[in-house]
Amino acid sequence: MSDKGYILKEADLLPLSIGAALLGTGGGGNPYVGMLRMRELVRKGAEVRVIPAESLADDAWVCEVGGIGAPVVGIEKIEEGGECYRAMRAVEEAAGVKVSAMISAEIGGSNSLEPIIAAALAGLPVVDGDGMGRAFPEVQMTTFFIYGAKAAPAAIADDKGNVVVFKEVIDMFWLERFARTVSVDMGAAAGLAIAPMRADFVRRTAVPGTVTQALNIGRSVLDARTRRQNVVQRVVAEAGGKLFFTGKITDVRRELTGGFARGHAILSGVDAWAGSEARIAIQNENLVLWVDGVPAIMVPDLIVNLELDTGEPITTEVLRYGQRVAVIGLPAHDLLKTPAALEIVGPRAFGYPELTFVPLDGRPIAA
Amino acid sequence: MIRIGIDVGGTNTDAVIMDGPRVIAGVKSATTADVMSGVVNALKAVLAESGMAASAVDVVMVGTTHFTNAVVQRRDLAPTAAVRLGLPATASLPPMVDWPEDLRASIGNHVYLAHGGNEFDGRIISPLDEAELLGIADDIRQKGINTVAISSVFSPVSNECEKKAGEIFAKALPGAHITLSSEIGRIGLLERENAAIMNACLRDLSTHVIEAFRTAIAEAGVKGRFFLTQNDGTLMDAAFAEKFPVLTFASGPTNSMRGAAFLSGVADAIVVDIGGTTSDVGSLQKGFPRQATVAVEVGGVRTNFRMPDVFSIGLGGGSHVVETEKGVKVGPTSVGYRIVTEALVFGGQTLTTTDVAVAAGRIKLGDATRVAHLPADLVSRTETRIMEMLEDCVERSRLSPEPLPVIVVGGGSILVNGPIGGLEVIKPNHFAVANAVGAAIAQVSGEVDRVYALAEMGRDKALDDAKQRAVEAAVAAGALRESVEIVDVEDVPLAYLPGNATRVRIKAVGELHVG
Repeated sequence: MSDKGYILKEADLLPLSIGAALLGTGGGGNPYVGMLRMRELVRKGAEVRVIPAESLADDAWVCEVGGIGAPVVGIEKIEEGGECYRAMRAVEEAAGVKVSAMISAEIGGSNSLEPIIAAALAGLPVVDGDGMGRAFPEVQMTTFFIYGAKAAPAAIADDKGNVVVFKEVIDMFWLERFARTVSVDMGAAAGLAIAPMRADFVRRTAVPGTVTQALNIGRSVLDARTRRQNVVQRVVAEAGGKLFFTGKITDVRRELTGGFARGHAILSGVDAWAGSEARIAIQNENLVLWVDGVPAIMVPDLIVNLELDTGEPITTEVLRYGQRVAVIGLPAHDLLKTPAALEIVGPRAFGYPELTFVPLDGRPIAA
Repeated sequence: MIRIGIDVGGTNTDAVIMDGPRVIAGVKSATTADVMSGVVNALKAVLAESGMAASAVDVVMVGTTHFTNAVVQRRDLAPTAAVRLGLPATASLPPMVDWPEDLRASIGNHVYLAHGGNEFDGRIISPLDEAELLGIADDIRQKGINTVAISSVFSPVSNECEKKAGEIFAKALPGAHITLSSEIGRIGLLERENAAIMNACLRDLSTHVIEAFRTAIAEAGVKGRFFLTQNDGTLMDAAFAEKFPVLTFASGPTNSMRGAAFLSGVADAIVVDIGGTTSDVGSLQKGFPRQATVAVEVGGVRTNFRMPDVFSIGLGGGSHVVETEKGVKVGPTSVGYRIVTEALVFGGQTLTTTDVAVAAGRIKLGDATRVAHLPADLVSRTETRIMEMLEDCVERSRLSPEPLPVIVVGGGSILVNGPIGGLEVIKPNHFAVANAVGAAIAQVSGEVDRVYALAEMGRDKALDDAKQRAVEAAVAAGALRESVEIVDVEDVPLAYLPGNATRVRIKAVGELHVG
């Protein structure tokens, strides 16, 4: 196997989970439990190498895995541990191939750790990249599917030893529907593995370098805290983002529609934004930021709420009246901003047909 | 009803006597190394000051940091077996996996995973295996362990597994102390389990401490009933507290905020409690402290207790005052309880905030001539710096632009003069012993935290069911049924789950039932 990349050490896991929580843009589930699980494996001698996709042979097979379920179940019914691993072995068998590396569907939130844990159990490396560069709520919302990955065979595994293989699924939307239904029967906590992809395809379609990006963001947060520096400024500098608003939350409204918690947070500006008002649309993740009624950041660009004083990322379910928040925007990767990608992960796909996507940095998107 | 409230802090043991809503007397006395003689001293002093007979006292309410400190200092903790029901789920993370090494070692690292547990909707993960549990009980007995904490996946939804396992262990290990996680915590397995294990390892100590409090109260001649305050500012009777010592964690800040609300008659305010070394600032909503929403660590262990959302800064009556190149520096270092010997006005050599308050003529204390030499400019710059520090943390705790008053309590309140950040300042009578007042006026509560499928029963019916359970829990804890009110309702829809699954949390509070 390649000597490219680097081996994840115990000391990397906390910063990785902090960076992943931040890239979760308010959703994606808490990576704390996954961080502890991986730490246990590392303490027992597991080694996982993070490799660039370039280091794989064109015809090597890469498998995308992630947890599927409900965030609240994730903090109560902790995984048996081998869910994603068993799902991966099942698709390997169904597809008749041997997998050479794992990759994350979603670097944001708890799914950042799932492929790393499965890779540790399988003795495989994990590709430095993922299918979102952030968190999204549904299975089909990956660059892999947007750019033509096959939806089958796929497999879903639970804590008890049940493994369900989806032999033929006509597209990624059907896969989302079937997998979601089965995951609920499995107790809303299951591991999902998707048809292995060839490495040359992964190289073209994965958002590159996101494991390292999460790690570096987390390291900056910890370093800034140790040096008592402004965490928000350090994160903005590390991630190449921009501070869009600072304010206090004056109202949070939530409702449940179609299985998703949708809502709005209203912020009243402080410091440089005193006198301004902002609104953030949320659906598991933060979707759109308006400042004084003008759209300022739109999905798929990343909207991250950090607690103003500590720089701690705030997930959408704990947003509450009175919190002091810095809203920062990070540009999504160009792969998420093509017309084909915006069909699946643009403002319209999340129920904002009146918004035409404008990148937060105003930079035209490379074809 | 005549009540005595006692707050046993790290530095001072404060006591008040109240007749209904009226504070008759309040005293501060030093906390002693053995704690109990300090409690006896405080009781005797407050009775003497009030001129009342000990026999007239109906109830005694005690707020204590004893159990928090035992965990923080890793002392007097019993070897404990942690048994979790949930296999095959949860196998990836055994109990106590995220505990500090030294704390885990101090209670023995005896962890067991067994079958059992529930799914989010109440289905069984795997059936409870009695033979498996009896095998574990055997092992526990052979290790000579007498304390067991039992946790089960989704026990806040169904506590059947924990109850059955508890019965099996009680039978197999006669006389063992058994704590069930569903009796203590909320959804969030690791945090709830952590609370249950901490509770279990404090059980030997709680038996001893509750008995010592009882003896101290009897020694002072008081025959009334005896309660402890818990982290939400409500009461548990001594027998209950003995079983659930972990519930006393963080009762101190809660008591002082509740006391501030009571003494000032203001229910919505910012409360600043200035002690000897630190100031705690929190927000009061409808007479109760606003709760923190993030996981709270105690002694390095994550819990999901409802703790008051309090912000602390290093400013108190004993804070060091130092002139630096960048101007005057106040705190965070402090002479603490040694203020009575080290502050200038008390004959010491250290310039403290209290000396500055005396020099400014804000209060008469000690020997004022010993601070007469302080330059007027230094005094005024120090006072300005103190007010800036307070203004900053009050601003952090403010939830709305509306001009809420600031209630200032605690022994260090002498440092505050005039409005803070343009907000009106209230210094109520008896401000120095607000925490003991908070203990004395504490009510009784009951709480539920459950997941309901609203598609099946409808929102109104689900809320009614949860409210009924909360009321029953409050009455079971000692509340007068007629007085019980629902004070907090929160329903959060759960993403991705079918049947409009909604997590409902409800809290009911009532007056203490005496007699």
